[in-house]
Amino acid sequence: MKFAVLAFPGSNCEMDLYNAIKDIIKEDVELVSYKHDSLAGFDAVLIPGGFSYGDYLRSGAIARFSPIIPALQDFAKSGKPVLGICNGFQILTEAGLLPGSLQKNVSAKFICKTEPLVVNNNHSMFSSEYKAGQLIDLPIAHGDGNYYCDQATLRDLVANDQIVFKYQNNPNGSVDNIAGITNKQGNVLGMMPHPERAVEAVLGSDDGKGVFQSIVNHIKSRGVIYE
Amino acid sequence: MALAKVYVNYKKSILNPEAEAVHKALKRLGYSDVEDVKLGKYFELTVADGKTKAELDAEINEICDKLLANYNMENYHYEIVETEAAQ
Repeated sequence: MKFAVLAFPGSNCEMDLYNAIKDIIKEDVELVSYKHDSLAGFDAVLIPGGFSYGDYLRSGAIARFSPIIPALQDFAKSGKPVLGICNGFQILTEAGLLPGSLQKNVSAKFICKTEPLVVNNNHSMFSSEYKAGQLIDLPIAHGDGNYYCDQATLRDLVANDQIVFKYQNNPNGSVDNIAGITNKQGNVLGMMPHPERAVEAVLGSDDGKGVFQSIVNHIKSRGVIYE
Repeated sequence: MALAKVYVNYKKSILNPEAEAVHKALKRLGYSDVEDVKLGKYFELTVADGKTKAELDAEINEICDKLLANYNMENYHYEIVETEAAQ
């Protein structure tokens, strides 16, 4: 199977993702420029962290109008897995592929540290490698990671089991301790923590591997490629 | 030419830690009578002539909804002034 890793001006985690897929998960992976307009031939799309367009205006707000975005929206509509990490999560909310928004951390500080997360839902296509309720350690590195949605949206997220990861000790003020959510269909995940920075022991933790392995398992269990 | 002055700010339900930090700094400076601080964004859009007021309103609203403001967290308002060249 083949992963696409999108790269925007100001992305800075695309090579970490590339490395995680190529060297650790051992699947095909290709970097795709924000200038492209097709995602044909890919089985899953990863949107990296960083500071696309310098976070000007709002995080993700300008990247969301890149040439690649219509192809990403079609890809998401087709039901294939899309994972946005950190700035990737912000781009997905700005693009309307995930509900809610990421606002400034409650402390107004950039937070860069490893945080314990609870796997809230282990039957998504991104979390099947984990046990329900499992505690995993993943690094966070963000200034705008405070997930916000209104109460009606939160009720929907809970009712549809869209909350995949929660913080054990809420570091940024997120509603309901939310660290990662999917769309209603379950094929688009946005998360602020960085699983690609925790894929081998030498990095301090390999707890993030399960996210990527879950995607591979999901694709391979379908037996056939989507098209 | 018309000048659209667009003001974007956070909704009341949204925390604004930057504004709070500024407010606290003002208190430290002795401005204890400042009861609230809002900190948002201000844009000036210079738009070429050729549109009616209604068309211009529609365009500015579209620009705000699409890009300048995020309706989840922010509200906006704007005013349109004619620049000297147009008078």
